[in-house]
Amino acid sequence: MCLAIPTCVEQLIGKDSAIVNLGGVRKEVSLALIEDVAVGDYVIVHVGFALQKLDPEEAAQTLALFAEIGGAAPE
Amino acid sequence: MKYIDEFRDGALAKNIAANIAREADPQRRYHLMEFCGGHTHAISRYGIADLLPANVRMIHGPGCPVCVLPAGRVENAVQLVQMPGLILCCYGDMLRVPAANGMSLLKAKARGADVRMVYSSADAVKIAQENPQRQVVFFAIGFETTTPPTAVAIRQAQALGLKNFTVFCNHVLTPSAISHILQSPEIRQLGVLTLDGFIGPAHVSTVIGSRPYEYFAEEFQKPVVIAGFEPLDVMQAILMLVRQLNEGRAEVENEFSRAVTRDGNVKAQQLVAEVFELRRVFEWRGLGLIPYSALRIKAQYADYDTELRFDIPALSIADNKACKCGAILRGVKRPQDCKLFGTVCTPDNPMGSCMVSSEGACAAYYSYGRFREAA
Amino acid sequence: MSTIKPNYTRPLDFKHGRVDMTHGSGGRAMAQLIDELFVAAFDNEFLRQMNDQARFPAPQGRMVMSTDSHVVSPLFFPGGDIGCLSVHGTINDVAMSGARPLYLSAGFILEEGFPLADLKRIIESMAQASRDAGVPVITGDTKVVEQGKGDGVFITTTGIGVVPEGVNISGERARPGDKILVSGMLGDHGVAVMSLRENLTFHTSIQSDTAALHGLVADMVAAVPDIHVLRDPTRGGLATTLNEIARQSAVGMMLHENQLPIREQVKAACEFLGLDPLYVANEGKLAAICAPEDAERLLQVMRAHPLGRDAAIVGEVIEDSHCFVQMETAFGGRRVVDWLTGEQLPRIC
Repeated sequence: MCLAIPTCVEQLIGKDSAIVNLGGVRKEVSLALIEDVAVGDYVIVHVGFALQKLDPEEAAQTLALFAEIGGAAPE
Repeated sequence: MKYIDEFRDGALAKNIAANIAREADPQRRYHLMEFCGGHTHAISRYGIADLLPANVRMIHGPGCPVCVLPAGRVENAVQLVQMPGLILCCYGDMLRVPAANGMSLLKAKARGADVRMVYSSADAVKIAQENPQRQVVFFAIGFETTTPPTAVAIRQAQALGLKNFTVFCNHVLTPSAISHILQSPEIRQLGVLTLDGFIGPAHVSTVIGSRPYEYFAEEFQKPVVIAGFEPLDVMQAILMLVRQLNEGRAEVENEFSRAVTRDGNVKAQQLVAEVFELRRVFEWRGLGLIPYSALRIKAQYADYDTELRFDIPALSIADNKACKCGAILRGVKRPQDCKLFGTVCTPDNPMGSCMVSSEGACAAYYSYGRFREAA
Repeated sequence: MSTIKPNYTRPLDFKHGRVDMTHGSGGRAMAQLIDELFVAAFDNEFLRQMNDQARFPAPQGRMVMSTDSHVVSPLFFPGGDIGCLSVHGTINDVAMSGARPLYLSAGFILEEGFPLADLKRIIESMAQASRDAGVPVITGDTKVVEQGKGDGVFITTTGIGVVPEGVNISGERARPGDKILVSGMLGDHGVAVMSLRENLTFHTSIQSDTAALHGLVADMVAAVPDIHVLRDPTRGGLATTLNEIARQSAVGMMLHENQLPIREQVKAACEFLGLDPLYVANEGKLAAICAPEDAERLLQVMRAHPLGRDAAIVGEVIEDSHCFVQMETAFGGRRVVDWLTGEQLPRIC
């Protein structure tokens, strides 16, 4: 149940909204379901709401896992 | 696009595919179910099946909320919107779902009903604000990813003191569905279907966290790997499941660690708990009645409950007798096994739930993969 | 002394006036609308004759005729409007046969209450597009329908043209081994229009690519007279166009996803809405199918033209009794690029 996309927070609007940017396309989304969002954070957006922040370190680690050449068990 | 393109890299896909091929034991078969419709879609759209060895087989699960919504509920919506002056707001996915007598919300719209597609529940609230003289109903569907936005909409309507806004609540729960599958006769008694492990949904898990899956892993001794939404995520999760199965483990692992934590989004969970409560039982299209699998609006938000404001009869509309959706949703049969598939039942003329949404197993296979059989 | 000014009629109020039923009734009001708006904007010898029909000498060669109705909503969008769209659309349909477009006709259905200011903007845009393309609108018609029975304005344009000798471009001529080319970035028009639909508000700088392609086609045909197929991927996008051709020619096709030219913003907008760029409309692009030995030359000729700068070879025609259009995904797998089911609707899941 999933169409949700990672977008970059470009601008905060009031307490509960933000403009996010994906590849140059901008949209206003609600922050009602999330806390502590700052400009520059990446958030996952679903039906106009930000659901969760993306953790850049975990993302980098996951990408590194993809590149592992076989055999090594994941941490 | 950051956090999207890197996770679709073809070179990395080859690498993971090589890992899977190397580590999959040629002496055994691996039957893995991806629960979430978004994963079904990704597997089909990127042709992931082409990159897996023959003994690793993906089985499509019932994680498509459009597919599992009973035709009776859609018929309720179609009847509602024919009330004079009523505006029905829904997500795009719902417009073509067939109800009774070949009707759908799109066809009702063509006959003059005021059906409006919205991108967000907040848009429905706005429409209610702008049309105070008319009743506005928001047709809410979805698993745990989509439920918090509905909760926000109801609270917003309350804060605005809206008297003309109600929600027709059809939200369903992931863990109940997984449980139901694992307890189905084909698995428990008949041994007809082997299900070795699950790929857990991506965005549902950002909300509910990884904790709820621990019960299944423990109780049914099946590994669960929560996977992100991109094709590389799905492939890595398949590799992690193969590893668990080879090592005899049955744990919950989280491949989507960049967005999923063990606790999930607590704020969203609390909001949902405030507005909704469990229904004792709910009918799922193709799966029948499942206890404690769906939500309804709590008494203190009764003013925003469509089922209290209007008379919504419980309609039971059976699927075509030859339709194999129930078996397909449980993973026991494949789309190709259904007589109606590709002949009477196509995306343009769907007969059952699996063809209705672009993520249903039959629709995904028809749109992206049917060249495989034909070859 | 009479205060009646000889031959004086109050000019139409283009600032605040609206279309009303008299403008379609055939009487004085309609004649005034035609004169002060349509004839004034299109201004050519044919229209100035003020007949119900236009006379012209028979062109030499095989003739081509095409018609298109335009019901786009919203009427004005980034990069264009229903007016220039209706001119480009029909010119392109004629040009896709390899023909040189000669003349256009235009029929209008106006809704009672439609602002004359908007109508003027649309007609002037049409006239400009017609002048730029060198294809005059030589005859037309206007009707008015009651308020609520039209979407502001519907336009139907018909075009005729002449096909040069030795050119035989048709949908059933695709052969296994042929190369498939597109003239540029896919999906611009659909995204530009969708960004204005209410309830889908997202902000992009994408403009519609609406353009007349007959100049590009003329260059292409001059360099490679034996082009097999030309078609412009409008509604339903490139996927629909290629499926049509595959069926007509009884062949299959194989596309390569990483060769498809698509703007970053179009990809992003499609991600937001859950749409596939292959199914999104284009109004200033064409798909071409030619013999493999002609492909490189055709590509160079296209890229040399302003409307073909981003042209690319995107796939090839193959043997396939099922007539599937398939694609090698950027990911390394394969999928079918099927016919469009119903209308492309944004999804949540």
